[in-house]
Amino acid sequence: MENSFFVDSEKLSPAALEKKHRLENDPSFRTNHMEYMEGMEIIQSDICDKVMQQVRSYDYAQYTARDVVAALEHETCSIEDFKALLSPAAEPYLERMAQRAKAETGKHFGNTVYLFTPLYIANYCENYCVYCGFNCYNDIRRMKLNMEQIDHEMKVIADSGMEEILMLTGESRAKSSVEYIGEACKLARRYFRMVGLEIYPVNTDEYRYLHECGADYVTVFQETYDTDKYETLHLRGHKRVWPYRFDSQERALMGGMRGAGFSALLGLSDFRKDALASAMHVYYLQRKYPHAEMSLSCPRLRPIINNDKINPLDVHETQLCQVLCAYRIFLPFVGITVSSRESESFRNGIVKIAATKVSAGVSTGIGDHESKYSGKESDGAEGDEQFEISDGRSFDKMYKDMSSEGLQPVLNDYLYV
Amino acid sequence: MSNDELLVLGGKTFHSRFILGSGKYSLSLIEAAVRDAGAEIITLAVRRANTKEHENILDYIPQGVTLLPNTSGARNAEEAVRIARLARELGCGDFVKVEIMRDSKYLLPDNAETIKATEQLAKEGFVVLPYMYPDLYAARDLVNAGASAVMPLASPIGSNKGLATKEFIQILIDEIDLPIIVDAGIGRPSQACEAMEMGAAAIMANTALATAGDLPLMASAFRLAIEAGRKAYLAKPGRVLTRGASASDPLTGFLRN
Repeated sequence: MENSFFVDSEKLSPAALEKKHRLENDPSFRTNHMEYMEGMEIIQSDICDKVMQQVRSYDYAQYTARDVVAALEHETCSIEDFKALLSPAAEPYLERMAQRAKAETGKHFGNTVYLFTPLYIANYCENYCVYCGFNCYNDIRRMKLNMEQIDHEMKVIADSGMEEILMLTGESRAKSSVEYIGEACKLARRYFRMVGLEIYPVNTDEYRYLHECGADYVTVFQETYDTDKYETLHLRGHKRVWPYRFDSQERALMGGMRGAGFSALLGLSDFRKDALASAMHVYYLQRKYPHAEMSLSCPRLRPIINNDKINPLDVHETQLCQVLCAYRIFLPFVGITVSSRESESFRNGIVKIAATKVSAGVSTGIGDHESKYSGKESDGAEGDEQFEISDGRSFDKMYKDMSSEGLQPVLNDYLYV
Repeated sequence: MSNDELLVLGGKTFHSRFILGSGKYSLSLIEAAVRDAGAEIITLAVRRANTKEHENILDYIPQGVTLLPNTSGARNAEEAVRIARLARELGCGDFVKVEIMRDSKYLLPDNAETIKATEQLAKEGFVVLPYMYPDLYAARDLVNAGASAVMPLASPIGSNKGLATKEFIQILIDEIDLPIIVDAGIGRPSQACEAMEMGAAAIMANTALATAGDLPLMASAFRLAIEAGRKAYLAKPGRVLTRGASASDPLTGFLRN
């Protein structure tokens, strides 16, 4: 049983409602999701073919306990080994995988853990992604911070002690232009040592401009690498174009960004294939751009609790842990971020095994950091949140908790050069 | 030790031949690590020291220890030079370890860019200790560029694999008239000892300690191993047979005069 996403807002006009329903029910009404829209840059790259070839040929049911044990015994993890570690056959070996993952994390990152916080500066969106709270048919309070408001939010966050920020927008080029985001980056550089972006995909020259404005890291979630499934979830807007999204990180690196972040939203489609695709995406791009710093995130759709049928493709904490351990063993050098959508106990556990970066003091709303951080009544408008978080720890609390777990919190390991 | 010379880097003398890294472990352990390692030089990543207030690593480093800021994060000579200048501005002194990597997977140093950065920084008055892949030509170029020591890697950084490049480090020790400091990949005190027996001037280690169960204890184990290796080197090890046995009757016994 799948999560059911379709929600009709009462505020939609009859015409809008009709269009929405047609998009949902009539595939022929939707545009070709593999076709670029006007203005979208096409780069010549072999990465997508390489990744998708691996995904197509991946039959995880064929791997056995023997393959898993062999994978754990190999000194370096091959693609075949990684495939075994992602397979159902590896589940009984989770503890051994965790031990190995911990050792790899230790070699590359020691006992450090990086803290950062996201800042949503706008939640306007032109896309209809059926699972997302920001989608264009959803009746939420929309908002876009002006530079003064961004400055204020950043000051509040910087005063809490944070040195790294991830700026996010909804995906609306019309409402949140590249220039608008660029100006926000320039502001961010004043308050933070490291500025990352999670915005709609843009062209190489636009990534270059944003880099010059101070951003150094671009994260784009592919959501799912299963193009057929993708088509049924992203019904309209620029985000519907799957291949343009796929090449985002490469365009960002071509534009001079220092690093790139990757992820599938596990649970949208077959999570084992999506996890494989995410890691192969990193793997092949790293071979092509060896200087780049890569990171993986691991958001998931939570399985529906009390579901009477057990779905083998549900991503419970056990499966999530398996994926994260497999990522770590296969790609020991990449950063792994675990979001505040996961619980406090899961995050405390996984930072000791595989994760290297956690967010703290998180708000997925717009313009509400001051009220959230200080309890002070907000004097202005606030925009609604994209999703509910599970781990609401403040920066101070997270810093203390990570220290008491025996980890060294790191706020900055970075220079903009 | 009467017949030992002190380690001299940039005109400064050091009794200890153990350069300690400060990455990957808790700041609160730094003091104990320095003490038990007997270290007089500690490296630190400028990018990590470039923090605002919350627990700056610089506050944890004991007085009297020479800072060796590194340029990790630099992808080319220009970036390394900028990071080194920033280190100086931050009050880290004139020592700098040039680290330039263009590979995020193995973090192998780029010798060509390292030579360029060394030349520029030496001109600016830095005491430059370049981290490099053990290549003889590159090492010679580093000497000409004004390096104060050469720091070849033993194996990939963080790997704890020991002296994978042993033969090539030996060549540098034999041919280069600067201290050869073996850096990166040393995982065990025994490996550090071996490098010192070969004639290395000093050992730099970080991950081997950071990933140990008891960090200060491992720091002290390294100190002893490095001292042992140094003494063995000075004592001039007896011959070690590489193949077969040695006949006790001389083959040349038939010669008559």
